[in-house]
Order: sequence, then C-alpha cells, then structure tokens
Amino acid sequence: MATPPKSTIERVRATLARRNRAERRFKNLGRAAVLLGLVFLVLMFVNIISTGYPAFWQTYVKLPVYFDPQVVDPQGNRDRETLGSADYGALVKASVRSLFPEVEGRRDRRDVAKLASRGTVFQLRRMVLADPSLVGVRTEIWVPVDDDYDMLHKGNVDRTLPEADRRLSDRKIGWFDRLIAEGRIESRFNATFFQAGDSREPELAGIWGAAMGSFFMLVVTLSLSFPLGVATAVYLEEFAPRNRVTSLIEVNINNLAAVPSIVFGLLGLAVFINLFGLPRSAPLVGGLVLTLMTLPTIIIAGRAALTSVPPSIREAALGIGASKLQMIVHHVLPLAMPGMLTGTIIGMARALGETAPLLMIGMVAFVVDIPQSVTDAATALPVQIFLWLDSPERAFVERASAAIMVLLAFLIAMNALAIVLRRRFERRW
Amino acid sequence: MAHQPGVAVMEAGALEFRAAEVEDTDERRESRETVGTPFADDPRMTCRDVNVYYGDNHAIKNVSLDIGREQVLAMIGPSGCGKSTFLRALNRMNDTIDGCRMTGEIRLDGQDIYAKDMDVVPLRALVGMVFQKPNPFPKSIFDNIAYGVRIHGLAESKSEIEGIVEHSLKRAGLWEEVNDRLDQPGTGLSGGQQQRLCIARTIAVSPEVILMDEPCSALDPIATAKVEDLINELGQDYTIAIVTHSMQQAARVSQRTAYFHLGDLLEVGPTDQIFTNPIHPLTEDYITGRFG
Ligand SMILES: Nc1ncnc2c1ncn2[C@@H]1O[C@H](COP(=O)(O)OP(=O)(O)O)[C@@H](O)[C@H]1O
Ligand SMILES: [Mg+2]
Repeated sequence: MATPPKSTIERVRATLARRNRAERRFKNLGRAAVLLGLVFLVLMFVNIISTGYPAFWQTYVKLPVYFDPQVVDPQGNRDRETLGSADYGALVKASVRSLFPEVEGRRDRRDVAKLASRGTVFQLRRMVLADPSLVGVRTEIWVPVDDDYDMLHKGNVDRTLPEADRRLSDRKIGWFDRLIAEGRIESRFNATFFQAGDSREPELAGIWGAAMGSFFMLVVTLSLSFPLGVATAVYLEEFAPRNRVTSLIEVNINNLAAVPSIVFGLLGLAVFINLFGLPRSAPLVGGLVLTLMTLPTIIIAGRAALTSVPPSIREAALGIGASKLQMIVHHVLPLAMPGMLTGTIIGMARALGETAPLLMIGMVAFVVDIPQSVTDAATALPVQIFLWLDSPERAFVERASAAIMVLLAFLIAMNALAIVLRRRFERRW
Repeated sequence: MAHQPGVAVMEAGALEFRAAEVEDTDERRESRETVGTPFADDPRMTCRDVNVYYGDNHAIKNVSLDIGREQVLAMIGPSGCGKSTFLRALNRMNDTIDGCRMTGEIRLDGQDIYAKDMDVVPLRALVGMVFQKPNPFPKSIFDNIAYGVRIHGLAESKSEIEGIVEHSLKRAGLWEEVNDRLDQPGTGLSGGQQQRLCIARTIAVSPEVILMDEPCSALDPIATAKVEDLINELGQDYTIAIVTHSMQQAARVSQRTAYFHLGDLLEVGPTDQIFTNPIHPLTEDYITGRFG
C-alpha cells in the first residue's frame, strides 16, 4: 500500500465543505424566493392602496339653494305628490348659475350646471320630502361635485396637457379654481361609497349593494356546503363500505375540485335557472352554484381531517362501549373540526373571490338597489370590481381599487375568524 | 377462592402430561396441539376453536381456552404471534378492522358474544379494554372517567357520577395524585398516570372482564410497578386477560399463563409451572430466552 488508509473522520472532513456549501446555496435560494414573493406582494398592495385610497374621499361643493315655491310647490298646499315630482333639476341649475352670473350662452350655461353631481337633484328632493317646511327657504348645502371635477381636485387631471386631450376644458377648470378660491370646495369622507349600490355616476356609486350580494351568497353557500360537506366527509370516511362505487365517488369528488369554476356557472344556469326556474341574478342561485364549487374542497379537507384523528382515540371510545356514531360525534369530530373549518374557510374565501360562474347566472347586472334578500337581483364584490374596471371614467377605476381593498379586508376578516375558531376548538386539547 | 378448583384441575393435567413426557423430540417440537390446562371449571369466558384471519393471513389458529373467574390470565409469546389479535377477539374490537374475519365460538358467562343478536356496545361495557399506548380522551380527567358512565346511563344524578369518578380513581390509585385537578386535561398527566387513568376509565363502567394489551410497554419501571400492583389488586375482583412481552410481569401479576406461538396456542398452565417446568419444548425455548 502506497499511502496509509485515511481515517473515517478525514474522509468525512473532505466532503464536509461541499455539503455545507450545498446547504447554504439551498437556504439562499429559499430566501431569495421568499423575498421576491414579498416584493411583489408589497408592490401589489402599494399599487392598490395608492390608487384606491382617494376613493374614500369625495370633493364637495357648497351650493346656495333657494327652495323656490314657484318650482317646488306652485299650489302651496304641501302635497307630497307635488313635492315628489317637482323639477328639482331647475333648482340645482339656478343654484349653480347663481355662483357664475357672468356665464352666458346656452352651452356654457348647461355645462356650468353640471358642476354639481347629478345626485344633487335627488338629494334636494329627499330633503324637501323629509322636511316640507324647507319650501321657500334659502340655505347653503354641501353636495358632491361631478366626478370629472373630483378627479381634478384629486390631482388626476394633467393641466399641462393640450386642452383637447383633457376631459375638462380650460374654462371648466377656471370655474372650479374660482370655487376653490371662494372656499366653496372641500374634501370629505366618502360615506356614499359604503352605503350606496352601483350608479352611472362614480360619485354616487357605492360598494354596499355588491357587499350585500356577496354576503347573501356566502350565507347560502356556507349554510349548505358546511353541513353537506361535513356529513359527506364523515359518511365516506367512516361509514361507506370500501368498494368500487365508493372509490368511483372519491375519484369524482377529487376531480370536481379541479373543474374550472365557469363550468359550475353553466350547470347553475341549466339546472337552477332553466330547470328549477329560480330567478336570475339572485344571490340564492349564486350561492347554490358556489356551494357546488366549494363542496369538493370541504369534503376533501374534511376527510383529511378525519383521517388525521389518531386511531387510539377511536379505540378508546369503542373500547369503553361507545357506538360508532357516539365515537364520531363525541371524539372524532371535535378533533377534526379545526381541519374542517380551515377547509371551509378556504372554500369560502375562494367563493368570495369567484367571478366567472356568476357571469353565467346573470349576476353581472347593473344593480342600483341594495338587495334585501337572497332572491333580489344582486351583484357580488368581485363582479362589481370587474364592472368598474371596465368603465372609461377614471373615478370608477379608483373605486374599483377601493373595492379591491374592501374585498381584501373581507378575506382577512374571514381568515382571522378561521384562526379564532381553530384556537377555540383546539383549546379543548 | 373461586379459581381454586380450576387450578387443581390444571395441576392434575400437568401431572398427567409429565407422566407421559418424553424427550425433546422433533415430533413433540412440531406439535401444535395445546398442551397443559386450557380449560377451567366455572370459567367467565370460554373460547372454542377460534380462528382469526386478516384477509389471507391466518393470525389465530384453532385456539380453545378458558378464562377463569376473578383471576389474571397472562398471554405471552414472541411478537407477531397473535396475542393482541386474540385479545381483541374477546371484545370484538377486531370487528372494526377491515378484512378481519373470525370463526369459532367465544362465550361470556355462557352467552355467545358473536351471536347475531349480540350488540357490541353492551359487550364492550362488560369486557373493557386497556391499550398498549395510554389513550386518554383529550378531555378533562373527570370527563375521561365520566364519559363511559354517561353514555351507558349508569348514573342518575351528577353526584352519583362524581361518586363513580372518585371511586374509580381511588381503585386505580390515582385519586391522591389528581383529586385537586379533575378539570385539567387527562393528556397532561405523565404516561403512568395516563395509563392508570385509562384503567380507571375502564372500571368506571363496572366491567366483568378487563383486557389489557401490553399496558406497561410504554411506561418507565416505576410507573410499571404501580400499574402491576394495580393489576394484582384488581385481579381479586375482576377477570383480567393481559398480554405482555415481559415474562417477569406475567410472573408477577398472573395466576395462569398462555403461550402463543405463530398463531397457535401451545401451552396453558399455572404461571409458576409454566415458568419453572414448561411442557412444550417451544415454550421452554421462549422462557429460557432461546427464542423470541
Ligand atoms: N390490523 C391488521 N391488519 C392485518 N394484519 C394484522 C393486523 N393486526 C395484526 N395483523 C397480523 O396478525 C398477526 C398477529 O399480530 P398481533 O396480534 O398484533 O401480534 P402480537 O400482538 O402477538 O405481537 C401478525 O402477523 C400481524 O401482521
Ligand atoms: Mg400486540
């Protein structure tokens, strides 16, 4: 032998540096991946929040209003019918024009009246109907400005652009600047956004209608898919005989979880609307469709949770003489509940963000009224976002981002709820 | 004592065998007939020609054995020989295993426990079981013991339940250690305490027979000693069948011992005789440590 044989420790040393290097490399790759993910997450949040945050604010103008009896109540008998159908548009026009007495010409006089939001008309009507003694009174009220001026005030209109490329002409900008100088312009919290349904006018459009639609839909989905999913999981895992039929059902459930959601929309259209005659655009149908979509997720998560319950607990229960159902209800289900809840919340979160199947069942409609029940026409939050992003008005894009923030807030709230529920169940050891 | 006549019969049987004893021949070594005294007078449980299969695996082969009243029967044998399987046949826990079949007859106080009209729920209350790994419910100590009482409706009132819980914990020698924290989780106890909690849980429903599957194999020596003392004491009033891989344990707690070998019951006899003077050559190999 030329060289003495190396000892074990020497041989190990020789490979050690290479092994350590491989480990470091792997760790650094992991760190880089996590970092990259975080960067994109932050970018997304910064983008959404910076675009959407201004939507929580709305520019208001202070208008001098004269509730002219000649217009509102020519007969002077305070009849609600007359008060309700009066020409409040004329009041608004007169009011805005009184701020710009020098404006002449048909077009300019028409344009200047459009400074105030179209909703002002309804606002005045509401005021008079609520308090008829306002007739004949002169007062000053704050009303939202039209969305173009709102954008101007928020700095979203580039004044250096050639006039033809802007939505607002120099003249209109001049009017608005004069109102600012007179102290008649103010930025206020946009409560309308959280109270109203959709509208053609961005300054009147709100998220509440869509939020209620989503809420009703999730109520339907949750109250159907959770009990059904848990019962199915329990039956398949604990009671069903192991044979061809059950394994076929299992395979199909797993496949259903991977079916594109729009297919469920088609099914909903064909079955719930065309066959059962349920109303279109209703959260009930939306909820049913989303139930079909979430069930496989809940069933799969539920079965995984059931299998992860230690067999020793089952044996303990059976060994003491518990029946199978007692074993499941008293011991297995409580231990499986955290896992089942996680699956359910994941399913619900997916359902909350789902758009495609809702398009198929007519929940893309333009819905102004806030839905009051599961059968009223409604949209859902993601559909509303989709509709607004599709609009040409810059103010709607801003609101879409704000709606995304609301949607994310909903999701975070749901996840928080999941964590709380899990803690509560896990605290039972 | 109730088992005395049984022992007498066994000793007679053993003598008979000794008289016929021949050398350790191949023929005797190959024999899978049960030798010794598998039967007892006035038994609590009787097993006749019991066969258990897991699918094609013939795990228990033609076992006939009596379990005497108010005595401890130890089952020993190399691992995988079917001790647990046989034990689980005694309270039909094997029913829960897919593909597990059983033939033959097992009677508890003369009643066929595999009869069509026999319900496993009352059976398992009568034949309680303590498992290898302590498996308290993830509930409070109190609820662990009260659970069986509640589901079987054994108590009329809350105070009666409390009485049963206290009595069972005292029987299991655990009362002193836990009476100030009955509302604490049972899973928070030490391994030995957990196993005694499981025994208390079993006796709370007043069973007639207690089956124990290597109840000390997950415990340290001190906890083991405590559980063995407990088994010794319970053996006065309960019929106990205990599987153990420790021959010392079998010697310490049991009056009779059964030796299983690859699914066959090779020998049954009084414990001291099995350990000092086994009949079957394979039993001798096992207890002298040549096999297993
Ligand atoms: N649940 C089961 N499914 C299939 N085979 C089993 C099962 N439990 C035990 N067996 C088989 O039965 C035989 C006896 O096992 P067991 O009764 O656990 O032996 P022991 O308790 O004596 O160690 C072994 O061959 C084992 O592989
Ligand atoms: Mg075993």
